[in-house]
Amino acid sequence: MEGYIHSTESFGSVDGPGVRFVIFVSGCPMRCQFCHNPDTWNMQAGEKKSADELLKQALRYRAYWKDGGGITVSGGEPLMQIDFLLELFKKAKEQGIHTTIDTSGAPFTREEPFFGKFNELMKYTDLLLVDIKHIDEEQHKILTGRTNKNILDMAEYLSEIGKSVWIRHVLVPERSDYDEYLEKLHEFIKTLKNVEKVEILPYHTLGEYKWKELGYDYPLAGIDPPSKERIENANRILETGNM
Amino acid sequence: MAKANFDQWADFKGHLWKEEVNVRDFIQHNYTQYDGDESFLAGPTEATDKLWGELSKLQKEERAKGGVLDMETEVVSGLTAYGPGYINEEMKDLEQVVGLQTDKPLKRAFMPYGGIKMAEQACTTYGYTPSEKLHEIFTKYHKTHNQAVFDIYTPEMKKARHNKIITGLPDTYGRGRIVGDYRRVALYGIDYLIEKKQSDFIEYERHGMKGTDFRLREEIADQIRALNGMKEMAASYGYDISKPATNAKEAVQWLYFGYLAAIKTQNGAAMSVGRISTFLDIYIQRDMEKGILTEEQAQELIDHIVMKFRMVKFARIPSYNELFSGDPVWATLEMAGIGMDGRHMVTKNDYRFLHTLENMGPSPEPNLTVLYSSHLPENFKKYAAYISVKTSSIQYENDDVMRPVWGDDYSICCCVSATETGKEIQFFGARANLAKCLLYAINGGVDEKTKQQVSPLYRPITSEYLDYDEVMEKYDQMMEWLSKLYVDTLNMIHYMHDKYYYEAAEMALIDTNVRRTFATGIAGFSHVVDSLSAIKYAKVKVIRDEDGVATDFEVEGDFPRYGNDDDRADDIAVWLLRTFMSKLKKCHTYRNSEPTTSILTITSNVVYGKATGSLPDGRKGGEPLAPGANPSYGAEMNGLLASLNSVAKLPYEQALDGISNTQTISPGALGHDDDERKNNLVHVLDGYFDQGAHHLNVNVFGTEKLIDAMEHPEKEEYANFTIRVSGYAVKFIDLTREQQLDVIARTCHDRM
Repeated sequence: MEGYIHSTESFGSVDGPGVRFVIFVSGCPMRCQFCHNPDTWNMQAGEKKSADELLKQALRYRAYWKDGGGITVSGGEPLMQIDFLLELFKKAKEQGIHTTIDTSGAPFTREEPFFGKFNELMKYTDLLLVDIKHIDEEQHKILTGRTNKNILDMAEYLSEIGKSVWIRHVLVPERSDYDEYLEKLHEFIKTLKNVEKVEILPYHTLGEYKWKELGYDYPLAGIDPPSKERIENANRILETGNM
Repeated sequence: MAKANFDQWADFKGHLWKEEVNVRDFIQHNYTQYDGDESFLAGPTEATDKLWGELSKLQKEERAKGGVLDMETEVVSGLTAYGPGYINEEMKDLEQVVGLQTDKPLKRAFMPYGGIKMAEQACTTYGYTPSEKLHEIFTKYHKTHNQAVFDIYTPEMKKARHNKIITGLPDTYGRGRIVGDYRRVALYGIDYLIEKKQSDFIEYERHGMKGTDFRLREEIADQIRALNGMKEMAASYGYDISKPATNAKEAVQWLYFGYLAAIKTQNGAAMSVGRISTFLDIYIQRDMEKGILTEEQAQELIDHIVMKFRMVKFARIPSYNELFSGDPVWATLEMAGIGMDGRHMVTKNDYRFLHTLENMGPSPEPNLTVLYSSHLPENFKKYAAYISVKTSSIQYENDDVMRPVWGDDYSICCCVSATETGKEIQFFGARANLAKCLLYAINGGVDEKTKQQVSPLYRPITSEYLDYDEVMEKYDQMMEWLSKLYVDTLNMIHYMHDKYYYEAAEMALIDTNVRRTFATGIAGFSHVVDSLSAIKYAKVKVIRDEDGVATDFEVEGDFPRYGNDDDRADDIAVWLLRTFMSKLKKCHTYRNSEPTTSILTITSNVVYGKATGSLPDGRKGGEPLAPGANPSYGAEMNGLLASLNSVAKLPYEQALDGISNTQTISPGALGHDDDERKNNLVHVLDGYFDQGAHHLNVNVFGTEKLIDAMEHPEKEEYANFTIRVSGYAVKFIDLTREQQLDVIARTCHDRM
């Protein structure tokens, strides 16, 4: 079966443990104001590639993985193409490859048919990088256009089943960079039992040109990346680093 | 010769090295492996800080004066031409290692033997007036290498040279790339080495001797003279180096005197130091066991000899600086590697050499080279990677592919090329521009820039669209012509270099029965590969001018490019290398040397690019060629590892002179923090070299930093900002603006 693929990167070093082959799928239900890959929103814009083809490509980099490396599916939103993801990871696991999903959790629901597939997928998934965009539901809606209820629910579900996750949080001045929200997020993360690592991803403006190229207005125009002090502050509040 | 025994050798094990000059055997019997981490290292001593502070001041002055601090014009350089010199007369007692090329620090010597014109031009370029008397001597009474070569060049050679299809030839500068085994001075002392050369002189006597025998006898006589000269030179600094070194301090000093003899008598493009780290560790270890040397003192010795390597200077002409930008000397120095018996050769001293980059800051010289294997101790790999992340000053070469060819005591004689230390030398041969050669194939040997008929009259391609088979057939013929002309030219150069600018001091520290390689090189590699791929997989339309010469190309459709781990393009790359190498092997080479080739351009890719017209891969005329074996600008679409995989496919045994690859990774793309960065870099190095790749220059910085350094070179933080370019390291602010822009334009592996 084929997936819609935006691009691949042979050298991912910040998308999970070790050196990773990163597959960026196309298609995302969220419209995050700070998105640095708006060119991955539209699923049809991607190129169709089979799981076998991608895996064959990924395996060319096995020499660099040694202990710890592997493949990461990012995007876009990988869970939008859960059937494809399942096939890819099943085959990856046959080869003994470490698998990671970088997800916003937006498609998550405990409803069928998604939930059954998700449970099946978890059998072949070693790690999830869960991006919590905002802890406050109203703010989350402003920032991404969607609720965060099912996203937090996914985090809790992964905790229930004991699946390893890294929680990631994009720090955006004037949106998420308030002590009140950071503390609330910290409280939430503390309730989870499966978190191996918490990472702050400071907002950057490197994706701004893509919005312009696509003919969109950039909603965060004029907002600068967070200061070093604010990044340190967020790191302190969220007690980032390995757990 | 009888077995020698010196008191200075007490506590050293083994016997073969006592019966013959055999430093490798000495090392193998005496070195101490180190598996620990860097925590034992010592910071700079007060003396180091003072001397380095002094030298930094001088370097600043040098830059302020346009790149040259001082120049000699009246005295021809030689072993004892100038009296002793120190970094600062008043601080000379602080110098643990002494010896300068001239009487003053950073003062450039006058070296006319390669060519009086160049030596004089170097003076006038920097506002010095060359001596009239020396002019008369070297034009009227003494011939130079440069003149000799031009006396015998054929018209075709001159034309090929003028049109820059063969380029960067060592006919206007010393050929370099000969590494004396400077360790011999420390281990054996000069008198023993003289004795050995004297017995060679007797041994090589033949019945019915002929020209080649006379030449060898003259060379040995010159070598013995040079050895005596070294003793005299050392004596001027108050040292007697006739006997072996007694302790670590003497070993470092003796060895340095050997190297100093080389750089006082030769101004070769590359003046490598060689594989000295493990060797010196043995002396340091012995002194430490005796309790007469502390770690601080050991580090001080290494810091001070490295300081000397940072001071090596030659007077150069502008055209040379365009080829090799930033005043490099390739004082290349190796660390680590694995022995033939499987033991790794990492010692504490390898850490000390890397640590100089912390104690005295980043620096392009010495050209620190880690002989890499994934089997080296993890601690050492991580420390080297850490130093790369911090300083971008070191390069890595794959010991696993070099060891089977050169053994476990080879030195890097230039940027990346291996030669067995003390047993082997190289005839350096610059580059053939294979990208231009492709244009000659299309244009029937007419140069696309000058319109001269350079090759013999070949039939040009006249079709509107290029046909792959036709191009390949003609390209093959053109490479055949070029390889022959290229080797013939080099043969003349090296014959005359031996005759008029023989490296007696370096050769005195090398076995008399020396092996020689003949090191050719390729420029424009990636562009040929992509051009052929475009012709094969897309449609290439030729744009011709009124003379019918192809001046531009239009590509219709997509085609695979080298640098994406795509076999369709990478197979062409392998084919190109094999084909050119097989043609070189058909030629007779001077002194029966073994032909090799490299894919390595130094910074000359910019100059070569200027002289090369538009190519079918989309590169426009005059734009820089990609450096070394690097994929072309903008060709890499799948990230760093895909690019590395492409380069790793090139078989080292077809390019024994080296396959240079330079990669720049932004810190953010390598990891979140220094710990992650160093671990990830080790993974990259392991994966790349385990696939049989040869070389990697690692830069860790972002494009923003380069742009800022180019716009604000006066900022203190950029004074020693060092970057790796193809084959060496350079202070970024010392590059020409053109080259800075070229470095900035190259792919920086970054990802959002």
